[in-house]
Formats: sequence, C-alpha cells, structure tokens
Amino acid sequence: MTSYPDWWKLLFGRFTLEAIPYHEPILIGTFAAVALGGLALVALVTRYRLWGYLWHEWFTSVDHKKIGIMYMILGVIMLLRGFADALMMRGQQAIAFGSDGYLPPHHYDQIFTAHGVIMIFFVAMPFVTGLMNYVVPLQIGARDVAFPFLNNFSFWMTVGGGVLVMASLFVGEFARTGWLAYPPLSGAAYSPGVGMDYYLWALQIAGVGTTLSGVNLIATIVKMRAPGMDIMKMPVFTWTSLCTNVLIVATFPILAATLALLTLDRYVGTNFFTNDLGGNPMMYVNLIWIWGHPEVYILILPLFGVYSEVASTFCGKRLFGYTSMVYATVVITILSYLVWLHHFFTMGSGASVNSFFGITTMIISIPTGAKMFNWLFTMYRGRIRFELPMMWLLAFMLTFVIGGMTGVMLAVPPADFVLHNSLFLIAHFHNVIIGGVVFGVFAGIAYWFPKAFGFKLDKFWGLLSFWFWVIGFYVAFMPLYVLGLMGVTRRLSRFEDPSLQIWFVIAAIGAVLILFGILCFLIQIGVSIMRRDELRDTTGDPWNGRTLEWSTSSPPPDYNFAFTPIVHDLDAWADMKKRGYRRPLGGFRPIHMPRNTGAGIIIAGLATTCGFALIWYIWWLAALTFVGVIATVIIHSFNYDRDFHIPTEAVLREENARTELLGRA
Amino acid sequence: MRIFRILTVLPVFALLGGCQWVLLSPSGDVAVQQRNLMLASTALMLLVILPVMALTIFFAWRYRASARATYHPDWNHSLPLEVVIWSVPLLIIIIIGAMTWMGTHLLDPYRPLNRISAGKPTVEAKAGGNGVRKEPLVIQVVALDWKWLFLYPAQGIASLNEVVAPVDQPIEFRITASSVMNSLFIPALAGQIYAMPGMQTKLNAVINHLGDFEGFSANYSGAGFSDMRFRFHGVDDTAFGDWVQNAIRTGTPLGREEYLVLERPSEREPARQFRDVPSDLFGAILDMCVDPAKMCMRDMMAMDAKGGGGKEGIHIVAALEYDKSVRRGGQPMPPRPFVTAICTPTDVYGTAGATARVAN
Repeated sequence: MTSYPDWWKLLFGRFTLEAIPYHEPILIGTFAAVALGGLALVALVTRYRLWGYLWHEWFTSVDHKKIGIMYMILGVIMLLRGFADALMMRGQQAIAFGSDGYLPPHHYDQIFTAHGVIMIFFVAMPFVTGLMNYVVPLQIGARDVAFPFLNNFSFWMTVGGGVLVMASLFVGEFARTGWLAYPPLSGAAYSPGVGMDYYLWALQIAGVGTTLSGVNLIATIVKMRAPGMDIMKMPVFTWTSLCTNVLIVATFPILAATLALLTLDRYVGTNFFTNDLGGNPMMYVNLIWIWGHPEVYILILPLFGVYSEVASTFCGKRLFGYTSMVYATVVITILSYLVWLHHFFTMGSGASVNSFFGITTMIISIPTGAKMFNWLFTMYRGRIRFELPMMWLLAFMLTFVIGGMTGVMLAVPPADFVLHNSLFLIAHFHNVIIGGVVFGVFAGIAYWFPKAFGFKLDKFWGLLSFWFWVIGFYVAFMPLYVLGLMGVTRRLSRFEDPSLQIWFVIAAIGAVLILFGILCFLIQIGVSIMRRDELRDTTGDPWNGRTLEWSTSSPPPDYNFAFTPIVHDLDAWADMKKRGYRRPLGGFRPIHMPRNTGAGIIIAGLATTCGFALIWYIWWLAALTFVGVIATVIIHSFNYDRDFHIPTEAVLREENARTELLGRA
Repeated sequence: MRIFRILTVLPVFALLGGCQWVLLSPSGDVAVQQRNLMLASTALMLLVILPVMALTIFFAWRYRASARATYHPDWNHSLPLEVVIWSVPLLIIIIIGAMTWMGTHLLDPYRPLNRISAGKPTVEAKAGGNGVRKEPLVIQVVALDWKWLFLYPAQGIASLNEVVAPVDQPIEFRITASSVMNSLFIPALAGQIYAMPGMQTKLNAVINHLGDFEGFSANYSGAGFSDMRFRFHGVDDTAFGDWVQNAIRTGTPLGREEYLVLERPSEREPARQFRDVPSDLFGAILDMCVDPAKMCMRDMMAMDAKGGGGKEGIHIVAALEYDKSVRRGGQPMPPRPFVTAICTPTDVYGTAGATARVAN
C-alpha cells in the first residue's frame, strides 16, 4: 500500500486509489455496463432535450402521483441490483463444493449483506411507499398528500440512501456483516473499513425519508378524507396504509437511534455495543429488532390492503368481513411490537421470556388467519375474473399459508433452537416476503397501472412473468426448507458435504426462473407501452372498481377530482355507480394546488454528499454540505411562492376532454 | 385401490428422510424432543392450512365468472362464519401455545437434564434410598476466530475443533466467544445457543448414539465463518478415557500465552489436543483478561457497582492498543482507551500491564 501525503488526507480523507476495486473483474465489468448504460441514458435524455422536462415535471414535482411512480421506478431499478446479488449467491453456493467457488468471502459477504439491505430498504420499501403514495390520496378523495413538499423531499432522501449503497459497489466496499449488522462484528474493531459506514449513512439518510413519508401519510389519511368517509368507511388499503405508517413513525426513530449509537461507537469511540468497558452488543440486537420486527409488518400490511381491494374488485363483490379485516389489521399493528425477541431466542433469555415472545408471535397468526378466511369468503358466491391481479392474489393465498405455518414453527422456541439461522429460516422469510410482499406489489402494479397511465398491462407477458415468478419461487425456496432440515446454516460460502449440492443446484435453477419472471415483467411494460393504443382505457374504471380512485380519469388530472366526492358508503364508487351517479359537467371553480420546488432534491443531494464525506472522513466536505443542508432549509422556508390556482378554464378544458372521451367509449 | 398406489410411493419418502435430514432424525434426546415439538405443531397447523388451501382452489374454480354460479354481490357478513374463522385458529394457537410454554421450560438449555432418553431418568432409582444423579460432564466452549476451543476443566485438557463425549452422559456446555458473536450448533445433539464475548451461555444436552456428528457456528462471524466447523464424537466410556489420556500424553500445553497466540484469526485449523490447561483460563477468557494488561470485567463491574473510579479514576484508563483488526487484515486503529491492569499487592505499579502489552 502506498502512503499518501497529508494534503491528500486533508482533501480526500481516507479515500485512496486502492479503494477503487479495479482488481476485481466482476466489479469492473459491472461498472463498465453501468457506466455505458448511464452514458447512453444521459445521451438519450440530452438528445431529446428531456432534462428540462424531467426537472420541471418529475424531479421537482410535488404531485403525489408522480412521486408514487418515481418510487416504483426506484424499486424496479434496485430490484435488478438486489436480484443480481441473489443470482451471484445462488451461483456461488451451487458450485462451492470442495472448492472455493468463484467468490472469495470478502466479496461474497458483501453480496449477502447488500442483497438483504437493498431488498428490504430499497426495493420493498419504495414499492410499498410508492403504492401508498399513488393510491391513498385518490382513494380518500384528496387532491394531494398533506405535505406535498415533504413528500418530494422524502422520496429524494430514499434515493440518496440508494445512491450511497450503489456507490459502495465502485468506490470502496459494502458492509460484510449481514443485513442487520450485529456488533461487535460491525463495530470499529472488527469492521474497520468503509463498508459499515456506507451501511450506516445509507440507512440513516433513507430512514429520514421513510419516517417523514410516514408522518405525511398519517396526516393525509387522518385529516384529508372526503366528507362522509368516516373511519369505518375507509377502503381497506387506506386502513392498512394508516396502520403501516403508524408503525413507520413509531419504529423508524428506533432504527435511527440504534444506528446513531453504533455510529458513535465507530466514529468517536464510545462503547455502547463494544465488548469492553461496559458495552453490550445484546442491547443492539434488541433495539434493532424492536424496529426490525414491526418493519416486516410495515412491508406486508399495505399488501394485505392491496389483496383486499383486488379480491373485492375481481370477485365483483363486497369484501367479506370488512370490520373484522380492520380489527385484524389493528391487532397485527399492536402485536407487531410485542414479538421482537423471537429473532433471538437462542441468545439465552430465560424460558418464561422466550415462551412469552413465542406465544405472542403465534397470536399474530390468528388475525392473519382471519384475513385469509375473509379473502376466501370474498370469493365465495362471487363472480371471479381471472385478471392478473386476481392471479397474484390466488398465488399469494396458496403460498403465504405455507410461510405462515413455517413461521409458527419458528415461533416455538425449542423448535427455533434447531431451525434458527438455518436455510429453513431463509426459506420461511422469503416465503412470506416474496409470497406476500412481492406478489402483492405485482398485483398492485397490474391493478393500478391503468389508473396511472391510462392503459392496461399486456396480459400475455404478465401471465408469463406470473408463472415464472410463482414456479421459480417454489423451485428456488423449497430446496432451502429441505436444506434447513438437514441442518445447513445461512451465509455459508463454501460447503464440504457433496450430498447437499443437488439442492443448491435446484435452488439456483429456481433463481434463474425468477430472473425470467423479472425479464418478462420488464418486457411486459415495454410491450404494453408499444401496444398502448390497443390497451387504452378511456373510462377511468377498467376493472369495474369499487373505490374512489376509479371515479376519476386515467391518468387522473393534476388535481385528481374536480369536485371533492361525497361518500355515503363503504366502496364509495360502487355505491355511486349503483345510485346512478352523474359526473358534473360545469360549475367548476379554481383549484388550489401546491407549486413544484427543487428544494427537496437539493437538500437530499447535499445530505447524500454529506453522508459520502462522512464515510470517507472528508471532514471539510461533510461540514460544508451539512451547513448547505441547513442553509437550504432556511432559504426554502422563506419561499412564499408555494401555491397557485388552476384556473376554471383549465379545469373546464380537462373535464370537457374527459366528457368527450367517455362519450366516445 | 388408489390408496395402495400412494402407499407404494411411501418408501421413497422414507429414503429421502432417513439418510441425512438430521433435524428429523437426530441422535440426542434434546434434539429428539425439539423435533417432536416441531412435528406436532406442524400437524396441528395443517389442520387449518390444508382445508384453506383446498377451499381456495375450490372457490376459485367454482365461482369463476364463466361458471355462472350463484352470485351474491352484496353478501359480506355472517356471524357464524366470523365466529368460526376467529375461533378455530384461536383454538389451535391455544393448544400450540400450551405446548410451547411447557416445551420451552422443559427444554430450556439452561435447565439441567432430567432424563437421558425417553424412560431413562438422570436420577437412577436405588432400592430403599435416594437416587443417584448422574452428574453432567462440563465442557467449556470458546468460539475463536474461526475455530472452536473446547476445555474440559475436570480433566485439565482442551481440544480444538473436536469435541468428544461419552454416550448417555449429560453434558453441560458453558459457552463464550473471544471476539464476535457465534452460535454453537451440533444439529444431531441439541439446538443451538449463541456464543458471545464477555458473556456465558449454557447448553445442557446428551448424546444417545455412538457416532461422528457435525458441529459448526450458526451465526455469521466474518471471513472464516464458512470453515468454522468441528466434529462431535459420541463414544463409549473407555474410548472417552483413552481420548483424555491421549491429550494428557501427547497434547501441547495451553497456558495464557499460548491462548493469546491461538486466539488470533486463522482458518481451517486441524483438530488437536492440549494439556496442562490452567483452571482459571476459561474464567479469564470470559472476563476478557487473558491478557494481563486488561482489567477483568469482574473487577471493573465491582468497581462500578461501588460508584466507579470517578474523575480521579480516569488516569487508569490508559491508551492500550488491543485490537484484532490488524490481525484481520484491516487498517491499524487509532489508540482506543482501555483499562489497564490495576495495582495489586504483588504489583504495586501495575507493570504487568505494560509488559504484557509489549508481549502481545
């Protein structure tokens, strides 16, 4: 290692040229591909003069619909990265028998850490937040979220975290600790490099975005519902979103505090979680799971809402047991705080403590089971249309119960002692996250895509993607259940017992099938865009929907609703249709709207740079960007030009266009 | 007829299950009971899950739009059904919950065993007198970077990456780690328990069959984690005696100095034996003061419990570089504050600390 002069250290902190992994062919190849792709994208955008359009219409937009779409795009991009990691792991584990495979531990350990972090924080969370952002205001008859600027800022903070994780691929390294980074391994003594610092600052920055978006959506749901929509007339998706955001606001500060304590340990030499001087790593394990367990409900609850919407729409029927569905959701929300210890029964708590947390965990399966029955009886005496969202719902119902069952097995402490940290556990949580969250996201995308873009998704490629995903999931994860029962633990990069290999090969084949599923999904989007005129929906209500988002045009106008709808019943739009609702054609008034602002992206950009500077100990840049963040916030607070009115004529023009479309249909 | 055809397939499953699904056919009584609990809870849950899966498929097929089956678009509530869908899962969870409460207490890894295997209690009944309890064999376990050290305090020996115990002999593992968290797991014997630096966990277990079983760390602990495996041998009493004698005869001595060398990160260490293990070594490892330059946690806690050293005590927290990051191939760390050895009647100036630091 060459030594660097003092001026270099002052300017660049601990960044050195060795930090660029030019000796790793896999990373160089990836970097070349990303760089070429990025350049091509920049060239295209420049060629078609889209920078202004992107900046004014998207990046600075405070429209909840555009922000929702951007969240979904972020989720898809990060899914590709996270899935590439998954493929590399599956490849390594399939060949590393009696050999070291193609990935040294240094690289492999980063991959499984990055896979977990990316899939949870930068795939599942953006997908969930994106769906809530897009759909919730429309479902409650609002024109935007409560704090539109905050929404834009939250999105860019999430992106900032994602950028840091991606940057770690090409500058330095990522954490080698597993996705929850237990100390002492993640402390300064055992992870001295920049990897852990990338982890800390990426999550801290993205966490700010998530927390604020939680505050925003709670305020929106509590304060901005259309008149008549009392709390027990809210659509189920809105209900589950409310519960999810309550969970976000209550738990993400715990994550922030926990990571902050670990950051102090690493940066200023405190001893909260070290082995020495009274530090206690068990504290971290408790704290991180007090956030971590509610987090999995943050992910799944909104998708339970999606499934409920899909079930009632495609069965052409009111949802069975709305009230018990709502109570089940609330019970799950509360119980999700009382189960965190089941992630570490093996840490040596007493039998009474372990049984308490085991039993509270099992109790969660009661409301969850009730939900399952509610969807089941929504199908009963319905008229089921097998559109894509309904297919995903069925796949979910059949898959999720298996995950639920293995979950209860893991909740029995003595059984957990043998299953903990095994591939059985890996199979379990992929079973519920893929079978629950991912299937639900695809159901949601297929369901609301026509609302967002005005045309349906191509069904052929959708079905292909569906079958690849579902079959791929079973092929990839059932072998992991088997391996778990054979006593194979997680995070291994090399194996000795050759009889295990066949199962890993099968799992790798499953991962390739899922890859086809993802590719078919991307092709589906492309094909749908090309065939958009054939797939066009002019009614705004392609599925014969039941909730308010289907009452407006597709895509909805900037202001969502020319007149705020008045709600009389659950399934407000179905009720309006039944009572022969007629769209008002005149009498419009100017509509008060928030104005776009670049402050969100600027603050998030500065915060991300600050994070990068802190990771590399470039103190002057960290100080500068931190001051920049504060200054921008202050300057933005003096910006009084925050709103405008859409004039009556513009509303009239928009609504007349829709009248014409509806007349043509 | 059809049922017979299914029956002919069954031996295939037996083949699949018999050979290597260690969790389903373990060799230790604790693991057997853990498996039974796992299977019982699975069976109970299948009572609900199988009907739900069948109904899902049946309803989806029965009420497909093209079937033109009965259609009740506004039917959305039924009290009897609601009662059933909440109470059936509740009932099953009550049963599993009760099993959990009992099982967790009976199979608490800290609880001394009360049976060797089904129908064979640890207390052997004697005619006309108190029973004789079979005392457990104590094995102290240290998870090192990246290998396992097993200390046999009663025998005064130790062994690396290999642990041997007599069949039907209760074993009490006392477990700690040297640097980061690991988890001691011998699937054929019993469930796992974390190994954590500065802390002791316990595991009571017994092996019922002769054999050579796999053990490993089940909690990721860094670069050498994948090879952090060891063998667990269940042997008869004479073989165990021979093994102990062999260690005493041919093992290398393991004192504090040797331990500090052994502790350094290494991978794929061959199994080997040690003799002349000081009886206080495990305690020192646990108190994180094998290196005499470090204050034992026990002492530190005792001082803190009495109010600590206060501001005046800060001077004993001197900078002492004791980090394993360099040994792990990382950058040297800036000096971090550590408590050095305090003065003792035999070492008034605490010089043992300074010399050990140099030695380290």
